[in-house]
Amino acid sequence: MALDLTTAWALLLAFAVFVYVVLDGFDLGLGILYPFFPSKHDRDLMMNTVAPVWDGNETWLVLGGGGLFAAFPLAYAIILPATYPLIIAMLLALVFRGVAFEFRWRSTSRFSRWSWDMAFMGGSTVAALAQGMTLGTLLQGITVEGRAYAGGWWDWLTPFTLLCGVAVVAGYALLGACWLNLKTDGPLQERARWLARIAGLVTVGGIVAVSAATPFLETAYFERWLAWPGILEVAIVPVLVGVLTLWLARSLTSGKGPDWLPFVLALGLFLLCFAGLGVSMWPYVIPPSVTLQQAAAPESSQLFMFAGAVVLVPIILAYTAYAYWVFRGKLKPGEGYH
Amino acid sequence: MDTFLGLDATLLARIQFGFTVSFHFIFPSISIGLASYLAVLNGLYLWTRDGVYLRVFNFWVKIFAIAFGMGVVSGIVMSYQFGTNWSVFSDLAGPVVGPLMAYEVLTAFFLEAGFLGIMLFGRDKVGPGLHMFATAMVAVGTAISATWILSVNSWMQTPQGFGINADGQFIPEDWWAIVFTPSFPYRLAHTLTAAYLTTAFIVGGVGGWQLLRGRAHNPAARRMFSMAMWMIVVTAPLQVMVGHEHGLNTLEHQPVKIAAMEGHFHSHEDGAPLILFGLPDQAAGEMRYELSIPHLSSVIFGLGWNGAMEGLDVVPDEEEPPVAVIFWSFRVMVGLGFLMVGAGLWGLWARWRGHLYASPWLWRAMVAMGPSGLVAVIAGWITTEVGRQPYVVYNQLRTADAVSPLGASAVGWSLIAFIVIYFAVFGAGVLYILRLMHREPDMGEDDADAEPGPTRAAGITPQQQMDRGRAAPAE
Repeated sequence: MALDLTTAWALLLAFAVFVYVVLDGFDLGLGILYPFFPSKHDRDLMMNTVAPVWDGNETWLVLGGGGLFAAFPLAYAIILPATYPLIIAMLLALVFRGVAFEFRWRSTSRFSRWSWDMAFMGGSTVAALAQGMTLGTLLQGITVEGRAYAGGWWDWLTPFTLLCGVAVVAGYALLGACWLNLKTDGPLQERARWLARIAGLVTVGGIVAVSAATPFLETAYFERWLAWPGILEVAIVPVLVGVLTLWLARSLTSGKGPDWLPFVLALGLFLLCFAGLGVSMWPYVIPPSVTLQQAAAPESSQLFMFAGAVVLVPIILAYTAYAYWVFRGKLKPGEGYH
Repeated sequence: MDTFLGLDATLLARIQFGFTVSFHFIFPSISIGLASYLAVLNGLYLWTRDGVYLRVFNFWVKIFAIAFGMGVVSGIVMSYQFGTNWSVFSDLAGPVVGPLMAYEVLTAFFLEAGFLGIMLFGRDKVGPGLHMFATAMVAVGTAISATWILSVNSWMQTPQGFGINADGQFIPEDWWAIVFTPSFPYRLAHTLTAAYLTTAFIVGGVGGWQLLRGRAHNPAARRMFSMAMWMIVVTAPLQVMVGHEHGLNTLEHQPVKIAAMEGHFHSHEDGAPLILFGLPDQAAGEMRYELSIPHLSSVIFGLGWNGAMEGLDVVPDEEEPPVAVIFWSFRVMVGLGFLMVGAGLWGLWARWRGHLYASPWLWRAMVAMGPSGLVAVIAGWITTEVGRQPYVVYNQLRTADAVSPLGASAVGWSLIAFIVIYFAVFGAGVLYILRLMHREPDMGEDDADAEPGPTRAAGITPQQQMDRGRAAPAE
């Protein structure tokens, strides 16, 4: 494949979505794990581990959406109507969880704090579920006629999309638990490790189930993954998933090794899933109807933006890293930012 | 025809966009102004070491955090509204407006979000210099954000620099022309000034409230009221002038919008009157119960006593925007603008007479006018957005042809969900903000932080105050 501008944009967008998953994944995961930490003390601490950075984390979602709009407007114009209820649910869920960061500290009654806890928990879970189901909808194929979505209004709701949704919820919970393992100590850390093992099991189960189902969704997927001799090349992805899974399990159960290791290994699992998605979907942006080239914005649009993006994205990564550096280390109880 | 509660999908999508964008824009118009105000306060504190500035900063930074958070989450919604409800617009205009919005994300959203955490929580972690830098970056980010999104809006109002391809897509040909359309500088100046003025009235209203509560002895309450009154006396007349220039620009590029704003159903060959009030009857093409001043509209637009102005009769009926809405929203905006100038002059007079802190009626007026900027901003946007109908890209793409192929019930139900959830969630947020506004700013009796001393100490003290302030309600 020649590295033309459209391919470069596809890679850049994939990068933006992956950074979003890296950063907001654990962030949403904390909300998903809220039910397992009933005490106010633990919940305060959990929220404070991300309070200074959550805005920036969610901005990558805006870049993913905005970048798709700019570089592949046709894909944006088809995918969003096709997954309309999921997108609306995700946006409203993000409203609930986003405001909880401030509102929770402003509550004066037990009831209102409970309400914002529920908003954080429910919002995070629904957002993760909707993201997973959107991915599933895309993967199972979207019906297109002309330049518009032409499927039914419930196409997004199938056992496969639900499976993808649950897998993403579990995956984010795994990232959240590994993040807590990194940022806290004492009993909270103990519980986080225990939850990470459970979430890890469910996540890997989800990965296996989604991977097993995918080749049977489209013949193109089947040939990509299971036909000889290509299988020799693509098989490296599932093999690496197996290796990382064992390594993660060992690092979580032994309790030895640095606290950042499980988090990095969990991110590695996500990266492999991403690679797997790339193998399945390439060269389509909307399988099986629209290729990246068909959906691409004209060169003048892509070039104008690309010039800025190659300069700005590294700068953004630098100051984002700086913000994480400022708030690095274990969070001590009572070290409330609020 | 496919309808939901008697409304078709296009109208529902327009209501949904209007509702979500109006709700959203309330928060940026506060946070653009407050971010700059906070940067100024922090800078003045570091420069003068006067602890009062720091206490005013600490009072407003918590309000800013809530407003900013609500702006972020309602803004994420906006970035997806184009695709969910306006997919044909996204497909056709995406090549032009998409990159501008991507630049907004890359140059503004990340900057604001990346430095917000340090601004809010990092004063004693990074030291005063870097904290000041972070605070300034947040302020700069809000202004850059406004610049890009107004460039998008201005292109949709006065499009240029594009061609059209076989699929009907707008293809960018000259980016300079696209970013700097004829209406852009005026719209940007008018909107930024509006954000600063809106914030000045909110700060002034809260200052007035504090003084009315018998807190005239609190230096922080006096300081915020005084600063707001200075800001208003400068900004309000400036905004009237900027608005006037924007109007002249609109007359040049969108004369039909001006005809609707002025309520001119008929063309006037020898001097158009300024209609102060009246009841527009669009079906009949008449202004009923008109109260007007002859020739004044032509004079205001610089056309001379007998200057000719075209009315809505020069365009076919289906090219007319809905007149009544913008006739009234325009009058609300302008009326509030002149009241604001009056409030500024009143404050100046009270200050000159030396009783700025002994004028309960001025304080009451300022409390009453606290939200006036927000109302004026929404009224202004209604005027300009409804005024370019029936087009979404002016004279190029009709709104009705830009909508997503969705069923009316899908749009209708999501609209209901947005309305219910926005009122519940943002209602709670407004309640929390009002509560913070009601609380008395720190008195700072010891004034230890006013002493010039090691910068480290100045960094620690406010953090402890913040912790105390935040810990209390959470317990």
